Amino acid sequence: MKSAIKSSRAEKSFDIFNVVFMVLISLIFILPFWMVFVTSFVSSTELSLRGSFIMFPWKWDFTAYKILLDKNSLVYNAYTVTLFVVVTGTAISLFITSLLAYGLSKKTLPGKTFFTGMIFFTMLFNGGLIPSYMLNKSLGLLDSLWVLILPMMVSSWNIFILRNFFSQLPDSLEEAALIDGASPLKILLYIIFPISIPVLMTIGLFYAVGYWNAWFSAAIYINDVKKLPVQNIMRNIIVSNTASDISTEMSNMTIHKPTADSLKSAVIMVCTIPIICIYPFIQKYFVKGVMVGSIKG
Amino acid sequence: MQTVLTLKRKPVRQKNKNSLWVRIRQHKLYYMLIAPGILFYIIWHYIPMFGIIIAFKDISPYESVMGIINSPWVGLKHFEKFFDSYYFWDVLWNTLRISFLKLIWGFPAPIMLAILLNELKNERFKRVIQTISYLPHFISMVVLTGLISSVLSTNGGLVNEIVKFFGREPIFFLGDVKYFVGVLVASHVWQNVGWGTIIYLAAITGIDAELYEAAKIDGANRFQQMQSITIPSIIGVAVVLLILNVGHILSAGFEQILLLYSPSVYKVADIIDTYIYREGLISMQYSFASAVGLFKSIVGALLVLGVNYLSKKIGEEGIW
Repeated sequence: MKSAIKSSRAEKSFDIFNVVFMVLISLIFILPFWMVFVTSFVSSTELSLRGSFIMFPWKWDFTAYKILLDKNSLVYNAYTVTLFVVVTGTAISLFITSLLAYGLSKKTLPGKTFFTGMIFFTMLFNGGLIPSYMLNKSLGLLDSLWVLILPMMVSSWNIFILRNFFSQLPDSLEEAALIDGASPLKILLYIIFPISIPVLMTIGLFYAVGYWNAWFSAAIYINDVKKLPVQNIMRNIIVSNTASDISTEMSNMTIHKPTADSLKSAVIMVCTIPIICIYPFIQKYFVKGVMVGSIKG
Repeated sequence: MQTVLTLKRKPVRQKNKNSLWVRIRQHKLYYMLIAPGILFYIIWHYIPMFGIIIAFKDISPYESVMGIINSPWVGLKHFEKFFDSYYFWDVLWNTLRISFLKLIWGFPAPIMLAILLNELKNERFKRVIQTISYLPHFISMVVLTGLISSVLSTNGGLVNEIVKFFGREPIFFLGDVKYFVGVLVASHVWQNVGWGTIIYLAAITGIDAELYEAAKIDGANRFQQMQSITIPSIIGVAVVLLILNVGHILSAGFEQILLLYSPSVYKVADIIDTYIYREGLISMQYSFASAVGLFKSIVGALLVLGVNYLSKKIGEEGIW
């Protein structure tokens, strides 16, 4: 009896420790975002009065955001580039991925194993950076927005997730339509797609977040600043540690200039806020994707 | 499996010559559906794969893709140059060191977090913590870099404020060979620990609740239950994930390092991938960089195949 009480006391203190630990962990996850968020609102006057470390600003100063989201600023322009890439890219990716996955899910298709193996092999082995660079250069894709989409428009991982999903659908779904003489494309559009909407949404989100976060292609293929996506503008600002090239209008500004730190932080926020706002809603689809992916292909 | 094959084979034999063509013709429209995707793989995966032959040639940086075919063969010259160079051991060592450190810290962290999350009694609180811990997974590498540089800033960064609180001089973490790898590992764990719990929590959810009931009746307390039920039932998943991670040991986190490093920390931070990037795209030594890349691809593919074989051998499922 005594030992039971002892262990239950130990369990209780463990519970308390656990909750405290979890709160601390959450703080570690949130604090970096909070610091950057706050810094983006600190005006240069407040900074000079209070020193550099501020957890809560006295006054929320929007100057940095006004400059960033001004129509002439590079960030505004970069946002339009990113939006174009995310929307167009996701649409193309989803379309080609689902066609390919659907075709490969046909058990009777001659050469199915060959094509599947061909896709699988690319997950093991690739030509590497230099040959890809030479190829895209020869295709005339340098400084073209298509270079941000085409070379990464299909992900083998997503192909296999989607193919597995399609091959689990009962054959009887299509048979009736086939007998009626419907073409595979019609079956895909009118029978398969409508019942696959949740999975297609998940795959679409994978692609969309991928396009939103991508920066490396633009870093090596795009020289024209007007065509850089927002991630790359942010990278340039972080690397060069100056904010002077954000806006062409910046030098003629009449209002007091924000600090370089607050501009930098505002850029990070502008890049992150859309993700922070939507991820609580999309994370459950991602979790599902992880689970589907872990069932072997 | 065999019976199925024999069953299929018999009727086919009657018109053996036509059957394949008949079947291909029947599937004509399906081939049209997969054509764009297959074309993508040929252009953006298989042509670069063929282009890897420049590792055995001397190509000038101003050549087009045709230069891949026209340039002269030089055999293993570039490989010899790489293996003999003093960089080889440096970048190999750095790659392995960073990978191993990321593995040692990053692998157990989600297991522990998952076990602790599982012990939370309030479902709502648990879900909130989970959602918060997933956040870093969704941000881009560039944003991660931005957060790191602002948290570690010598001018009002959170970490250096704590350092100053203890009466020390602020530290320039990103420019100091003593701390740089630590920053890489810590930010890697920070970004991935929450997301990594998903697979373990799923494994824990799959445990039969009766096991816990039985243990309770036998008088086992919560720690004993964790030790004898929870941990043993996720060990299988953990072993597979560990083995798969070892397969990627030559990729130490290219984008992260490329964004964070600077010449002052090349000594500890330069990995195979960043070396390829600098030699290839900055110094334009296409053939040499491709040779280094091919070395990495081959060793990497062998490792992945090897560890998959291993994980099947020990009775767990491989990835395929």
